[in-house]
Amino acid sequence: MSGPILELADVNVYYGAIHALKGISLSVRQGEVVTLIGANGAGKTTTLATVCGLMRPRSGTVRYAGEDIGRVATHQLVARGLVMAPEGRGIFPALTVEENLRLGAYARRDKPGIEKDLQHGFEIFPRLAERRRQRGGTLSGGEQQMLAIARALMSQPKLLLLDEPSLGLAPLIVQTIFETIDKVNKEGVTILLVEQNARIALKHSHRAYVIESGEISIEGESAALLDDPRVKAAYLGEG
Amino acid sequence: MAKTVGLLLAGLVACYGLNWFLAEFIEVVYVDYLNLIGIAIVLAVGLNVINGLTGQFSLGHAGFMAIGAFVAGLVSIQLTYGEMSSGPLELAGLGTFLLSLLLAGLAAAVLGVVVGAPALRLKGDYLAIATLGFAEITRILLTAQDSLGGPTGIKRIPKMPLLPGTGAWDGGTSVFWIFLVVFTIVLFSARLQRSTYGRALIAIRENELAAETMGVRAARMKVMAFVYGAFFAGIAGGLYAHYQHSVRPDDFTSIRSIEVVVMLVLGGLGSITGAVLGAVAVTLVPQLLRPLEEQLQVNGLSMVVYALLLILMMIFRPQGIFGQRELSLKLFRRILPGGRK
Repeated sequence: MSGPILELADVNVYYGAIHALKGISLSVRQGEVVTLIGANGAGKTTTLATVCGLMRPRSGTVRYAGEDIGRVATHQLVARGLVMAPEGRGIFPALTVEENLRLGAYARRDKPGIEKDLQHGFEIFPRLAERRRQRGGTLSGGEQQMLAIARALMSQPKLLLLDEPSLGLAPLIVQTIFETIDKVNKEGVTILLVEQNARIALKHSHRAYVIESGEISIEGESAALLDDPRVKAAYLGEG
Repeated sequence: MAKTVGLLLAGLVACYGLNWFLAEFIEVVYVDYLNLIGIAIVLAVGLNVINGLTGQFSLGHAGFMAIGAFVAGLVSIQLTYGEMSSGPLELAGLGTFLLSLLLAGLAAAVLGVVVGAPALRLKGDYLAIATLGFAEITRILLTAQDSLGGPTGIKRIPKMPLLPGTGAWDGGTSVFWIFLVVFTIVLFSARLQRSTYGRALIAIRENELAAETMGVRAARMKVMAFVYGAFFAGIAGGLYAHYQHSVRPDDFTSIRSIEVVVMLVLGGLGSITGAVLGAVAVTLVPQLLRPLEEQLQVNGLSMVVYALLLILMMIFRPQGIFGQRELSLKLFRRILPGGRK
């Protein structure tokens, strides 16, 4: 496949009368880590929700693997490998770590494959293996974020959407989470990442988009954006 | 699958044994308690799937039961007596009885879809009010039907069919049939809870958005939970109708819906074991307090004690007796000294 795995063209999304996304266009190529940075309420989460079918664009197209998915239901997208790990860690507190992971494989029916991926998940996240029978709600914040990512991986994603994986975590843990994201990407998973922590997101991604009040204001290579004076002033707290 | 069939057969034998034992040794009044407990268990375990697992707040279980009771009663009367409008109470044929229960369950399940669908837009208190309203509308519509006897309801509902080796006893075979259903729903619900679908229901309760992103079709699953609970509530109504031989719309007031919710909250919302225990307690406590009431000559004392028990429960153990745990071998192992944690 040569074209981008995900392509948004002039997407407009509304919450009732509120115009949340004003003609967003972006693309993610196979094997990339692309990050979307921006302030609170800029439209980052709305963009992800639109991609994974939880919100519908009023106009514009969302193409995944060359196909228009503007009207495809979330559960069908999950089966096709487009999966989101929601914000705020979104785990199931009353279920055990293993049950959480098995829910990640909800759309799959291949038992041997599920068992294999479960083992693989425990290899990537040894902390989760230790806490296999523990309830999700008893994990620490960082462990819960790992669980959310591991759970999303259980559905064999081709494109993984991560919503604010660093939210509310200590700097050291954030570092670990992003190292894991690198690892997952090296295994062939394309990642679209939404972050407020612009510095670390730019360091761990190939390309980036800056979103402001529902519009893309800056785009480019992540390394270049780290040096961009506008980004420095607004998102990196420099200059 | 083979294990489930095996367990069902074992349950069949056990229920037959229970029925035989009671017929030989126990007074009919206790059998009456037992049957009411059985019907309460079916209601509570069914509602547990809606309120406990899926985390919706339905307050209309009596409505499903009412539909089941009237459908089963009418079907059974029609097939047993035909056009004959008077005469002694008769036994329902085995086929008639099973068909009437099935139709009762199906009718209630259809209503479950009708009630479950708005549940997609309502949450918490709003859903509770909507379902409460549905149950009341059902009851009032039934009361208004002169062809269904209006407020006096339908009478002369045939008795439950006999089995070989039983019958020369006032309790008949009610214990067998009621507890066969109890056994079935407990078995099915336990299986459901541990299945992928059960986990999906719990996931919806815990975090609906996250469940959706995992590919769980939350809307459909929520309606299915309603259908499941309603189906068994309909069968419970059918059993009730055959057991009491007559049903009135006022047997199914909102008080009964609330009672079923109390059973769940008391036992521990989300636990099948808790639902069973809650059903036993809520049915039995007022009955056990009645002798005390007579002795002290204070009318209504049982209700006061009952309310006090609930208040104390909410203060000291708000998660219910069992919380979300289940009675299983694992729990025993944990309680026993030296057991593995």
